[in-house]
Amino acid sequence: MNAAVLQPVQETLAQKIQVKNLNFYYGGFHALKDINLEIPERKVTAFIGPSGCGKSTLLRTFNRMYALYPKQEARGEIFIDGEDILSPRQDLNRLRAKVGMVFQKPTPFPMSIHDNIAFGVRLYESLSMREMEERVEWALRKAALWEEVKDKLKQSGTSLSGGQQQRLCIARGIAVKPEVLLLDEPASALDPISTGRIEELMHELKNDYTIVIVTHNMQQAARVSDYTAYMYLGEMVEFGVTDEVFIKPKKKETEDYITGRFG
Amino acid sequence: MGSEHLSKQYDNDLETLRSGVLQMGGLVESQIRGAIDAFAHGNQDLIDQVIANEVRVNECEVRIDDDCSHIIVKRQPAASDLRLIMAISKTVTDLERIGDEAEKIARMSRQIHERGHADLHRFATVRHAADIALSMLRQALDAFARLDAADAASIIRQDVAIDTEFRSILRQLITFMMEDPRTISTALEIVWIAKAIERIGDHAKNIAEDVIYIVKGTDVRHTAVEVVEREALS
Repeated sequence: MNAAVLQPVQETLAQKIQVKNLNFYYGGFHALKDINLEIPERKVTAFIGPSGCGKSTLLRTFNRMYALYPKQEARGEIFIDGEDILSPRQDLNRLRAKVGMVFQKPTPFPMSIHDNIAFGVRLYESLSMREMEERVEWALRKAALWEEVKDKLKQSGTSLSGGQQQRLCIARGIAVKPEVLLLDEPASALDPISTGRIEELMHELKNDYTIVIVTHNMQQAARVSDYTAYMYLGEMVEFGVTDEVFIKPKKKETEDYITGRFG
Repeated sequence: MGSEHLSKQYDNDLETLRSGVLQMGGLVESQIRGAIDAFAHGNQDLIDQVIANEVRVNECEVRIDDDCSHIIVKRQPAASDLRLIMAISKTVTDLERIGDEAEKIARMSRQIHERGHADLHRFATVRHAADIALSMLRQALDAFARLDAADAASIIRQDVAIDTEFRSILRQLITFMMEDPRTISTALEIVWIAKAIERIGDHAKNIAEDVIYIVKGTDVRHTAVEVVEREALS
């Protein structure tokens, strides 16, 4: 495990996120250790690793979600489109509009399906009623939910099934037209059909967005991602093209984890 | 494959699969030995036995492939486990085809000996080629058992020798046929036997390539011997 910059991707791919010498602390606990990573644009990158390895922590640094909590501190640099988002001058609202996030458990707001989508958009843009309706339909179509909810947009978001709620959250995330979508175990609470829909959706969405997903499900990482990062005890062990990581990993630690020899 | 899986049952399943391949390999080896002995001595019982045993070889192939499917479905294997299972599925196909070649040699031997005027001492080169093929298969199975890529690479070079032997046998048989047309039927059957031996060498080479794939993760099929050796020793 070394701290060298891991650059498995071809030179031709544009890098959306560049992480340089990132260290993260939960009070006295050193959770991320010298992470160096480059995440390519309009691809799906998966973070895998055992619980507590720091994959969710790393994901949460990309939109500075940790800043909501005291005693959590990131040191180092994270560039998104060349701009260091860890800089104190970074406008957090603008950052979170650019970098959307979907969590493990669906978190619809206690309001109508329509307003769930419109709520976030209103924070960043002032649209006419017609423009807003178009935006809501656009987001729901992108999240493959439109056909299921188009006749009940006034109903509460919480009346939907778990899988539909999660797609509603994805629609809410993309309605503000972010550039990066962070997914923290987005399908771990869903049944296989809803999971399949979310995975299909990721495949569609990567045409427009850079997607980073944290998942405990290695088969899911193998199915949906173009690049995979394996983390262990706060360190980046291996980062590479997903097919190569799952067929011929370079590090024994990665091999042991993905083959179920980790213990 | 290094340390054990968290699931003991997974380890057991993979071990059963590996030993199944080695058992099938042992059976196929004895089939070739029987077929070549039958060619040399015309022992009818041996010929019948080789032909009857071919069914067992086929059963092994079907059973091991089925076991592979079960492991894939239950475990979604990755990395070296995935490569092992992919390679095993290919290896049993090669072993089954070697079994077919052994049966072919046995059937041809029966025809040669029933006709009864073959001067088989003149075909010592066929036995020599068969010895090389048999040793290649044995080494390929050893390399599989020990997951030894370097050993597997050395088998691939031997295949060149067997191909040379085959061409030499062919030239020899053509000379016999031109000298004495009465030998044509038997000579043609011996051509088939030599071809079967040459194919056994090819299948043993495929198995060796599969071993390199398991160990190194590199597909060395259709590449030059030098490249294979470099990869296997890397």
